[in-house]
Amino acid sequence: MSLLAVSNLTKRYRRGGKSITAVDDVSFHVDPGETLALAGPSGSGKSTIARLVLRLIEPDAGRIEFEGSDFLALSGATLRARRARLQMVFQDPLAAFNPRATVAHVLDDPLRIHDIASRAERPRRIAALLERVGLTADLAPRAIHEISGGQRQRVAIARAIATKPSLIVLDEAVSALDVSVRREILDLLLDLQHQEKIAYLLISHDLGVIRSVAHRIVLLDAGRIAESGNTRAVIDAPQSAIGKALLAAAPRLNRTAQDPT
Amino acid sequence: MSPLRRFLRTPEAVAGAILLAALIAMALSASLLFPGDPQAIAGPPLLPPFQDWSLPLGTDRLGRDVLAELFHGARTSLAVGLAAAAAALVVGAVVGTLAGFAGGLVDEVLMRITDAFQTVPSFLLALAFVSVVGPSLGIVVIAIALGTWTGPARIARAEVLSIRERDYVAGARVIGMHPLAIAFREVLPNALPPVLAMSSVIVAAAILTEAALSFLGLGDPNRVTWGGMIAEGRTVLRTAPFLSIVPGIALVLTVLGVYLAGEGIVETTAVRRGLS
Amino acid sequence: MTTLASIRNLTVTYRRDGTEVVALKSISLDIAASERLAIIGESGSGKSTLALAIAGLLPASARIEGHIDWFLGSTGKAGAKAPPSVLPDISPSRGEIAPSSLSSPIANVAGDEATAKLPISPLEGEMSGRTEGGLIERNPQKSLAKPSQPPFLGRDIGFVFQDPSASLDPVMAIGKQIAEVARTHLGLTWPQAYAKAKHLLERVRLPDPDSALRAFPHQLSGGQKQRVAIAAAIAAGPKLLIADEATSALDTIVQAEIVALIRRLVTEDGMTLLFINHDIALAAELAERIAVFRHGRLVELGTTAQIIGAPAEPYTRALLDAHIGLDAKPLLNRAGLHP
Repeated sequence: MSLLAVSNLTKRYRRGGKSITAVDDVSFHVDPGETLALAGPSGSGKSTIARLVLRLIEPDAGRIEFEGSDFLALSGATLRARRARLQMVFQDPLAAFNPRATVAHVLDDPLRIHDIASRAERPRRIAALLERVGLTADLAPRAIHEISGGQRQRVAIARAIATKPSLIVLDEAVSALDVSVRREILDLLLDLQHQEKIAYLLISHDLGVIRSVAHRIVLLDAGRIAESGNTRAVIDAPQSAIGKALLAAAPRLNRTAQDPT
Repeated sequence: MSPLRRFLRTPEAVAGAILLAALIAMALSASLLFPGDPQAIAGPPLLPPFQDWSLPLGTDRLGRDVLAELFHGARTSLAVGLAAAAAALVVGAVVGTLAGFAGGLVDEVLMRITDAFQTVPSFLLALAFVSVVGPSLGIVVIAIALGTWTGPARIARAEVLSIRERDYVAGARVIGMHPLAIAFREVLPNALPPVLAMSSVIVAAAILTEAALSFLGLGDPNRVTWGGMIAEGRTVLRTAPFLSIVPGIALVLTVLGVYLAGEGIVETTAVRRGLS
Repeated sequence: MTTLASIRNLTVTYRRDGTEVVALKSISLDIAASERLAIIGESGSGKSTLALAIAGLLPASARIEGHIDWFLGSTGKAGAKAPPSVLPDISPSRGEIAPSSLSSPIANVAGDEATAKLPISPLEGEMSGRTEGGLIERNPQKSLAKPSQPPFLGRDIGFVFQDPSASLDPVMAIGKQIAEVARTHLGLTWPQAYAKAKHLLERVRLPDPDSALRAFPHQLSGGQKQRVAIAAAIAAGPKLLIADEATSALDTIVQAEIVALIRRLVTEDGMTLLFINHDIALAAELAERIAVFRHGRLVELGTTAQIIGAPAEPYTRALLDAHIGLDAKPLLNRAGLHP
């Protein structure tokens, strides 16, 4: 059974009297422990889908089933409790945290809210989480804005895994990072997936990253699914127009500068 | 450079801080230097200043010590000004945060109430409130706060509207934080700086409103107030103008001090934000 | 290869809250006329500081040592025959001559001990009135026939920023924004400047240039705004175009279009391109030479083929290894997971 099953999801926005369909009848599923990539150019609806799945915005039509139950039917305290199982890592780790927060504060919140550890036990849990993501416990009292971008994204991952989720939405989670850091963060994410059987919904426009970490891919264009399937198969030989355009646009290292003629 | 050092390098901020410190010293030392009732008769009536050194600023129409009245009046001015401004800021920040964060009907209702308060001139509102309920220190504080909370409310709401779209608010929702906790723990503290920037103006305005109410005889009758002193002196303005001028100068210096010190704080914190 | 600009011992220090941060450490680099040079680096490498220093856009609080010698010449064939002149000397904002530039042996190698050192604060470089009268002949006996004028932003240097929304005026029609540049620097009348603006919008391939002239920035997409920003940057026919992360905020498809556009415009106009970027693969597609920066130092400089094919420095190799391209080996297999 799928971990996440999205069917006929539709989201319309009203802008200047005109109705824009950001997500148009989209269906896909994510299996336990796998990585599904949602790819497409900006405006293709991939980030809107991420926010719909997380119930940060509400769809106009469609169903979202998560861990076997109707996720859209939840509300209030039951929804907040279930959120422990469905987490998110944002693109910009600086914007994703309260600018006044410290590392300890950021990691304390999920442990407190979901009653995972007692007040006395939490500092030890926080230290363990920091070590789990390759940081040291002495980072805990530091302010979020004092640590480096890579460290911040590790803290974001630590916060996401604090509640032992089965699915994490990675919204362009590595695209704002320096290339050397990006590789380390991807390694960490794969390691966590391997150890804890976490599934990822990877939102990205970077076909190189997708090809190296995702099992399956859904290509989106203007709110609709253009193509989907095994990552390697789709990226190596895309059938859709948007797939071909994305592939052609991806920068390649083995080419050298040529003078246009 | 630390904000404190930057503050101390701004001359007008230092001038404001000195004025404010003098005012606070006056308020705190009032009952030490002038024990007993400042409204008691201390000497002959209408003694001009600098004549008798036991009564340096002279006496009023009833023979009360003007200097003692001035010191005790500082207490009232400061207490009412700070309490009214604090009440206005707290109420405004809470109402503005709720309206901006909840949106929809809650926002609509709260902002229409804000509009209703804002359309009535705040001094008239205070005047009407005190005349109906009766003058006392607490009532004067509430009366002043009633007319001033709308400004902070509007600013807090505007700030919250932009903050609630930020990623970290979405992040707080994703980890399952309660909406009220998000509003007051995550959003409100970050919406406060521009609201607090208004505080010096609000405190200054509250002190002036209190003085005006007292001048019109709507202050707490059991307390000495600068506004009341000015009103007292008005009847003998030609023969003893110092009775109105002395508390008037005290009022001007207080308002100036509060304003300059407040601006200094805003300036130094703004510089720090700009650099980081 | 003729040189357009020669950077010597450039050190830039920012002062923040009493602490000093060295953004660039003693950089020496020649920019050849009409070349496409990429400056590559991660965050904190100093690549954007270099772009700002070359454009004279560093904040007044930055301390600048060393100098940049310009060989702009008077025609499009930049400084091919003109004797080298050393302009402007970027010196501390107070207008003093940087001590390092006087003692710089490399400046002497440039063959001109008696060079006019123009003390010019970075921000003053923007002011047009400064150019004509600003040249100070310190040594009348020097053999310079005709020293080239110092460059200034807009006329000699076009600058494209990462965020086009920040560089375009939100309440001015885009036609006017471009025409203003052409009018200011080329001395055109308004009708001529508007005709030029329309031609530029055609050149950057903006759909329907006639109505685009009257459009406002918010009516355009991110890619279209960047096309407008490029049109404004090249409006005065600069010799040097600096693109500072100009494609980083765009998605892959639009990024490829903008890179193709920059390549075409640079080639057509014979401009020199300074392409500041964090993505070595993208830089390799566009540039003839690549300079790799790290922690404010120039790590390696070479032709694109050299840097990509045979990097000499371990850091360059690490950058190349960290690139996750379409041909990269999937990380999944290593973690024991098979797609």
